[in-house]
Amino acid sequence: MSIKVRALREIWCSIGFAERNFMLVKRYAGWEAVFLTYTIVSALTIGLIGVATGDQRLVLYLVVGAVLWGYLSILFHEVSECIAWERWEGTLEYTFMAPVKRFTQLMGNALYAITYGLGRAGVQLLVCALFFGISLAGANFLAAAVVLVISSLPFLGLGLACAVLPLLSRERGSQATHIFQALILLVSGVYYDVSVLPAWLRPFSVVSPATYTLRAMRAAVLDGVGVAALGKELLILVLSGVVLIPLGFACFVLGERWAKRTGKLKIEG
Amino acid sequence: MDRVKNSEGRKVEGRLEASSTGTVERAGPERESLVRAAEAMDDGRPALKVDGLTKRFPRPEGKRHGFWRRRPRFAALAAVTFAVERGEIFGLIGMNGSGKSTLIRIVSTLLVPDEGQVKVFGVDVEGEPARVRELINRVAVDAAFFKVLSGSENLRYAARLYGLAPRVARERYDGLLTRIGFDPKRLGDQVKSLSRGERQKVAATRALMSAPALLLLDEPTTGLDPRSKREVQRVIREMRDEAGTTVLLTTHDMEEAERLCDRVGILHEGRIVTIGTPAELGERAGGRSRTLEDAFLKFTGAEWLGEENGG
Repeated sequence: MSIKVRALREIWCSIGFAERNFMLVKRYAGWEAVFLTYTIVSALTIGLIGVATGDQRLVLYLVVGAVLWGYLSILFHEVSECIAWERWEGTLEYTFMAPVKRFTQLMGNALYAITYGLGRAGVQLLVCALFFGISLAGANFLAAAVVLVISSLPFLGLGLACAVLPLLSRERGSQATHIFQALILLVSGVYYDVSVLPAWLRPFSVVSPATYTLRAMRAAVLDGVGVAALGKELLILVLSGVVLIPLGFACFVLGERWAKRTGKLKIEG
Repeated sequence: MDRVKNSEGRKVEGRLEASSTGTVERAGPERESLVRAAEAMDDGRPALKVDGLTKRFPRPEGKRHGFWRRRPRFAALAAVTFAVERGEIFGLIGMNGSGKSTLIRIVSTLLVPDEGQVKVFGVDVEGEPARVRELINRVAVDAAFFKVLSGSENLRYAARLYGLAPRVARERYDGLLTRIGFDPKRLGDQVKSLSRGERQKVAATRALMSAPALLLLDEPTTGLDPRSKREVQRVIREMRDEAGTTVLLTTHDMEEAERLCDRVGILHEGRIVTIGTPAELGERAGGRSRTLEDAFLKFTGAEWLGEENGG
């Protein structure tokens, strides 16, 4: 099969996974409204802490943290849970038997996660901006967009590595993914500067890609810093993505091979 | 409808279209995989060759040795060997836990054999699973769907996975659903609201829509009413007769196996104990008047147990 035809076929399939997920979102519209309301209210309550101090810059600092974490956690969650979700639906064997590359399947889910996450984060940001009367006149939107795109890479890698966990252990895999996500929230300075962390926790903030994402995004939105000045953070994020995506995919492939040897794909629920 | 002649001169329907010069024509991502499928079907090798296949699993129970739990392994399949010819409907019958579904899963590339080899149209399932997946599809005993999506949404998703354009997919599944006796008005309903029989019909349509060279049917008519069962069986036979599809069918329904299968293998405790046409197996069970059920009971030891218990 020529590279062009193969690429077309894989893109076609990849869109199929994203399309399927949006169809599911449509069916669970009620729950989507609940989750969106909860995340918006959560961002508003956090922003109000800043209002209480009378510091408008702190309000924006907190809102950027809440919205960005909302996006990154959706990205990580949707990719890492795509296998658990199919196992729960009972469709895992069907999907694994289809003539689709695993990378295509995972990228299809990533495509969905990015578009869905951006949509939700956009609504969240809009509501927060109106609620708090935030002015974004000084923000560098180009730099913010670049940070958002590049920060997606390491989180996709982390999501891919965690996606295999439900294949290894049905429940514990999912549990481990949630704990991992919570730890990233703790050490990455979502609502505070990482300097306030206890000394023994600070090394973890250095290895978390979210730390650099938040730092760069706040610089772009609060101080209007341009892409060139964010070079160090962006480079770290790109390198993290370059390492974590192949590593995450390799973990997935190894886990899948093990599951096929031991019969773990069969288990549903 | 897309057609091309296979090696036996039958018209292969669905996946391919041939020009007057015999070349396969289709634009887009489908084309080359379909050409490969056609080549696989024309090279003279059996559709399915299972050679010395062994698969072991750890038993759920086990003894704890310090920190570790040691679980003894049992052979779900033990040196299974048989071949299915092109265009044949081959039945596998056996008691629950005899290894039928394990075998189907290995052919489906969902499990890796411990020993032995399985080849689909000459392609090794362990060595080249991606190529095998181009040639197969499966209907499982419990059809797996996204239950909150409608039947048509599930079919559209499946079409994407198999590289079918929406228009082609729509034409195919509309035609198949009509033939299989599914009420088209229900296609927009969520799968969770469909009866088991209706779900199995959509599952059969989903599998047939991709026009597989080898169709794996794992108890596809379990739970269907007699009419639905007959409709599904008729479509399976038509797919074989019109499209040359090879079928590997597992079933508990002896009548179904007798009606549909050219040959039947009896799988007992992970081993093939006998293979033949339904008539041959009846004879081996003790005479011309004997049925496939008699053969099943004889070769799985159930007859002897029944007599022992006065049954």
